[in-house]
Amino acid sequence: MTQNTRIPFHRDPAVRAIAAQVVALLLVIYGLYSVFENTVNNLVARGMQTGTGFFDEVAPFKIGFSPFLDFSLGETTYLEVFFIGIQNTILIAVLGIIAATLLGFFVGVVRLSPNWLASRAALGYIEMFRNTPLLLQIMFWNFAVFLPSLPAPKNSIEMGFVYLNARGIHVPTPVVEDSTGLWIWMALLMALCIGLYRFARLAKARFEETGERLPVFWINILGFLAGGYVLYFVAGSPLGWDTPELGRFNFKGGGQLPLPMFSLWFALTVYTSAFIAENVRAGIQSVSHGQTEAAHALGLSRKDTVNLVVIPQALRVIIPPTISQYLNLTKNSSLAVAVGFEEIVALWAGITLNQTGQALIIIAMTIAVYECLSLFTSAVLNWYNRRVQLTER
Amino acid sequence: MKSMKVASTAAAVVFATSQIAVAATLDDVKARGELRCGVSGGVPGFSAPDDSGRMQGIDAAVCDAIAAAVLGDSSKVTFIPLTAKERFTALASGEIDVLSRNTTHTLTREASLGLNFTYYNYIDGQGFMVKKDLGVSSALELDGASICVQAGTTTELNMADYFRNNNMDFTPVGYETSTQTREGFEGGACDVLTSDKSQLAALSTEMADPDAVMLLPETISKEPLGPVVRQGDDQWMDIVAFTLYALINAEELGITSDNVDDMKANPPSPNVARILGVEGEGGEMLGLSSDWAYNAIKQVGNYGEIYARTVEPIGIQRAGSVNDLWTRGGILYAPPIR
Repeated sequence: MTQNTRIPFHRDPAVRAIAAQVVALLLVIYGLYSVFENTVNNLVARGMQTGTGFFDEVAPFKIGFSPFLDFSLGETTYLEVFFIGIQNTILIAVLGIIAATLLGFFVGVVRLSPNWLASRAALGYIEMFRNTPLLLQIMFWNFAVFLPSLPAPKNSIEMGFVYLNARGIHVPTPVVEDSTGLWIWMALLMALCIGLYRFARLAKARFEETGERLPVFWINILGFLAGGYVLYFVAGSPLGWDTPELGRFNFKGGGQLPLPMFSLWFALTVYTSAFIAENVRAGIQSVSHGQTEAAHALGLSRKDTVNLVVIPQALRVIIPPTISQYLNLTKNSSLAVAVGFEEIVALWAGITLNQTGQALIIIAMTIAVYECLSLFTSAVLNWYNRRVQLTER
Repeated sequence: MKSMKVASTAAAVVFATSQIAVAATLDDVKARGELRCGVSGGVPGFSAPDDSGRMQGIDAAVCDAIAAAVLGDSSKVTFIPLTAKERFTALASGEIDVLSRNTTHTLTREASLGLNFTYYNYIDGQGFMVKKDLGVSSALELDGASICVQAGTTTELNMADYFRNNNMDFTPVGYETSTQTREGFEGGACDVLTSDKSQLAALSTEMADPDAVMLLPETISKEPLGPVVRQGDDQWMDIVAFTLYALINAEELGITSDNVDDMKANPPSPNVARILGVEGEGGEMLGLSSDWAYNAIKQVGNYGEIYARTVEPIGIQRAGSVNDLWTRGGILYAPPIR
């Protein structure tokens, strides 16, 4: 009797593992397929029409705020409404991320201040805004703080040519009056930037040669502002100003930052900055004190110690959780509907959905927008994160 | 019998994802023993909870009447408050049996959403409300105004049409709920509040100072509001429509919740006898008991009683308006029950 050493294929662990994976995959595909199939069947059975035909239809409602893309009632189509929604979402997300980062860094640093009062105040700030729901905060700022405290348009608060009232902030906007002059100004500004860059290179070379340091950063900023101002007149003042003027109901002309947007931006900034502040505190605390002492021993100034030793190491800890906060901020902007700001959820998944009834496709597109925005944000920040990571040798 | 039930439940579970319940909403409601009714829940006079938490209003009363007609008890209603955005999906997905939420009948909704409108329980029109100190007396003076509006409603479209037609500009401030539009208007987020006139009247009763605001005279749209059902269930559609018709016919025939028992005992006319189920087979044809309309009228009252109880308290008089009976100069006209 010969012993059969061949294992039957159904008992071969490798074959079984692959078979199990194939079966699981087929089940998942079947599941997804049946969801799709049922959806289509049920829509047909209920007499509900679905499709993208409404994209080219003219949107029968008005959008109040669209800073870059043009909206005109009676011409703008639903698809353009979709893009206006994306534009407003990106706008609020970018403004929110910038402000929340600055405020969060500030609060996080103050949180570690040796001054007892300052660090407790920062702690109070963090705990207050981190621990209450964002929707509540948005409505609180809009309906309980800004709306009641700001005056009607007739009694607007005036600051130069900027007006503040319960409808929002009204600012003068530049208008191109002489486009040749504008091009000349742009070209001169370009030349100025190149000059300032050359200066920075020279200053660096000098520093490495002699050890003498110039405040390059401040010289460049001042040089750009002063130079730009002078060159503006050299180019023949190519811009005019469209200033807001009080009409019967509100200011006309100029640019407007509507109050709902301001409230939303404010609430998102305050809420997210509390989380970022904690990330910053954790990041700074993660750098051991020995690093600071070593830097001092090498003769680095306090400022250089922070900029060259502490912050680069702290960023390794700060950035990854902060990416999540940026994504949260972007997604949280969908709460705008509570105060009437017109971003993608309000315009597209709200008004357009209700006017056309195309729930399926509209919700799918809205999900896709957030998905893309989030993936894009994290791709950019992950790239930055890899750059600032210490290269260990 | 039990094994049948188990088997059919199992079959239902298996096919639940592949087949929709084409069949009878009526059977579902009877089996469940309650009517699920989608309402606004925040518009006084139409549907808003009273002190005891019970939904009151002319929209809620339609649900009460349907429950009385189908189940014999007007209290067997679960009210489901819905926003303007949620309402059609809730109905199409079967979350509710009937939508009675001041919903305007339009072609797009009828033809593309898989819905059927029945009849109207309130005929409305869109208007504008302003604060008196704004010094405006006509909607044509509103060029450049900011307007608070509930987003995603026909109101928003009528407003856009009206301003475009009259070459006027405006800034919309769109909120999710009508309560938020009122808060925005009171807080000064806009100059003007727009909605159906009945809703404006209802909202003004909730304002801190109802005398500081006024309605502008223009009515810029037709807003026939009424209960809505899913397409594909004609029997249920007939039940909802004829319950509403019965309430209107009852008023026309002088049947009230007080005298309905006397009338049933001694019908003064064949019409009254038929509506109260003394003669004819009307109820059975609908799949209901013969006293379906009797129950609705007895427990909820006729249309006039409902109106007097719900809409009049918010300050909208009925006499001579479109919502009066056709015999008194209005346009409410219900087909005969025979």
